[in-house]
Amino acid sequence: MSVQLDMRLARIIELAPGIREFWLCREDGGELPVYSGGSHIVVSLPLPGGIQRNPYSLVGDPSDTSKWRIAVRRQEQSRGGSAWLHESAREGQAIKVSMPANLFPMARLGRHHILIAGGIGVTPILSLSRELARLGESFEVHYAHRAPEFAVLAGELRTLAGPDLHCYVESRGETIDFRKLLAGRPLGTHAYLCGPQGMVEAYHRTAREMGWPDTHVHSERFLAPPPGEAFKVRLAKSGKDVEVRSEQSMLEAIEASGVQPPFLCRGGACGQCETEVLACDSSLLHNDLFLSQAERESGRKIMPCVSRVAGGCITVNL
Amino acid sequence: MGIAFREETFRDTYTYRNSDEGVRRFPFPFGLDQYMYSVNIEPHTAGKPGSVYEHAFDIDEHYIAECRDRAITLERDPKRCISLPHMIDAEWDVLELIMTSLSKDYPEHFSLQRDGNKWTWTNRPLGIEQAFVFGDAATLPHPPFEYITRQTQGDFVIMDHRDGDLWADAGMITSQADWSLAFDVGMSFKEWHGPVPRAHEIGVFDRALKYLLMLQLGNPVRRLNWTMTVNPRLDTAPETYPEWGPDRTGVTLENVAQKVHLRVELQGLFRLPRSNGILFSIRCYLASVGDLARYPRWARRLHRVLRDLPDDLAEYKGLVRYKPTVLEWLSRLDDGTPVPAGTDPE
Repeated sequence: MSVQLDMRLARIIELAPGIREFWLCREDGGELPVYSGGSHIVVSLPLPGGIQRNPYSLVGDPSDTSKWRIAVRRQEQSRGGSAWLHESAREGQAIKVSMPANLFPMARLGRHHILIAGGIGVTPILSLSRELARLGESFEVHYAHRAPEFAVLAGELRTLAGPDLHCYVESRGETIDFRKLLAGRPLGTHAYLCGPQGMVEAYHRTAREMGWPDTHVHSERFLAPPPGEAFKVRLAKSGKDVEVRSEQSMLEAIEASGVQPPFLCRGGACGQCETEVLACDSSLLHNDLFLSQAERESGRKIMPCVSRVAGGCITVNL
Repeated sequence: MGIAFREETFRDTYTYRNSDEGVRRFPFPFGLDQYMYSVNIEPHTAGKPGSVYEHAFDIDEHYIAECRDRAITLERDPKRCISLPHMIDAEWDVLELIMTSLSKDYPEHFSLQRDGNKWTWTNRPLGIEQAFVFGDAATLPHPPFEYITRQTQGDFVIMDHRDGDLWADAGMITSQADWSLAFDVGMSFKEWHGPVPRAHEIGVFDRALKYLLMLQLGNPVRRLNWTMTVNPRLDTAPETYPEWGPDRTGVTLENVAQKVHLRVELQGLFRLPRSNGILFSIRCYLASVGDLARYPRWARRLHRVLRDLPDDLAEYKGLVRYKPTVLEWLSRLDDGTPVPAGTDPE
């Protein structure tokens, strides 16, 4: 089981309509570990129906050991987590938080870094910018947002990147042209994008078409566990049967039964919660970014943080 | 209670010895009568008081002599400590991790005062007091990684985490089991493990790499590795092979118990906070076959493991030449009594 820190919501700040920033401090007033740019934490949200654990990128100064900062957008189709943070969360409330992990680190051998943010995807881009600025690296930031009032955290980005911050306001018809942005870059340039799925796909497609090596094109995509039909999980080792509700993830339902599989990102990216499938009387619905095509086809593995089955019953080796 | 540090050498006169307690706490690696590679990784959490697992970085009676031996090796060959330029954040991570661990775990020997980024480090066994600015390498007499690992037992590699792989981009290596940092630096995880026989075929490195890429901050892990060395010598590097390789030919039934040592590495893996790198610590323990054989369980088990060790593993570990002599000596202590699973001496 991962280390969990006892923290409290020390401050809540309204950044924009539907976007809030939260400061998290240790309950005992102690120091927090420093972390690397691009890191996220997993916050355990005490929803009425049970704990929901959501990953959020850290946006503050990594060397500030007194608090961690996250910024959260209220999701239109919230499974309860972001809605709770926007409607029910109160300053002073106790909350459990994981140690930081980093699935979106800077490439330390890079000679120049192009950082691209789409909307609330600005969060890891901000912490990467801090790190690059501290190290005196060459970098530029491209930040696309819906309208002027949604330019959250742009002030801090401006301080770090100066004239190398470029903003694109969708309501004014401004968009990022990846073909232009990625053209004519010297060898050793790395690009990083965090944003909505369509933007991530367009970016990767364009970079590949233009001959960028995959190792230099980075992106962060956290998948929220998509809802689906309710189903049953049989835990072979623990001898338990668990019902997974339609809006719940399989991992959350397993945890609620008292069984604690390992996890890290809860977004289908890291591979930590990989689970062996022993039997399934319907079909596996893989939503992760981790398993290979061959592993999916084998029907022997599932990532319960984001994947589920089409009803019926699945038996796993937990 | 302080540690009584021994006055001893790891070369020339070879006056290295273990106290009775040093033998008792030796991390004997064989829980079963057969040995084969596996991903034998477990959480590096606090073990029994007095054991080598009690603290993140174990300091024992050999501390001062080991630091002195490292200084001699570095004086002769500065390339035993290498750190590529992009590893500077990781260097500070390691300095912080070791200083905070040692001062917390051995307050009678080490202390650390921190006032913002103004730090003062006190190392009583080596008589060092150093004020410096954390993050400013110019305020230390050596670069941060070299500075702190000159004062810590065991070898260290720092791995950079990029492109879904781990790269050996920094190291302080003066007590290695016949591998060269200058040759391996900058290699990927599978490249630097390339020479290990059998383990690739059974997928050990695929699984180990996958596991390590997910290593979490605050959850270090550990494993044991082992080989054997003639004479209690730390510096068994390819660079100095002419100095120690020929010793393998001088093992006789009369001197084997004192001369041949089981060499166990307690390997720790720590995710580093600022750099997202991984520190790989390789803490070497030496015990003579004669000292180990004072415990009948260990004598029998060591005999059986060596007797049944596949030839290619014996070759890789450099044991072939003197293994028959070790076996002959140990066989007199093995009457075939079953030894229950486990590594405890009694």
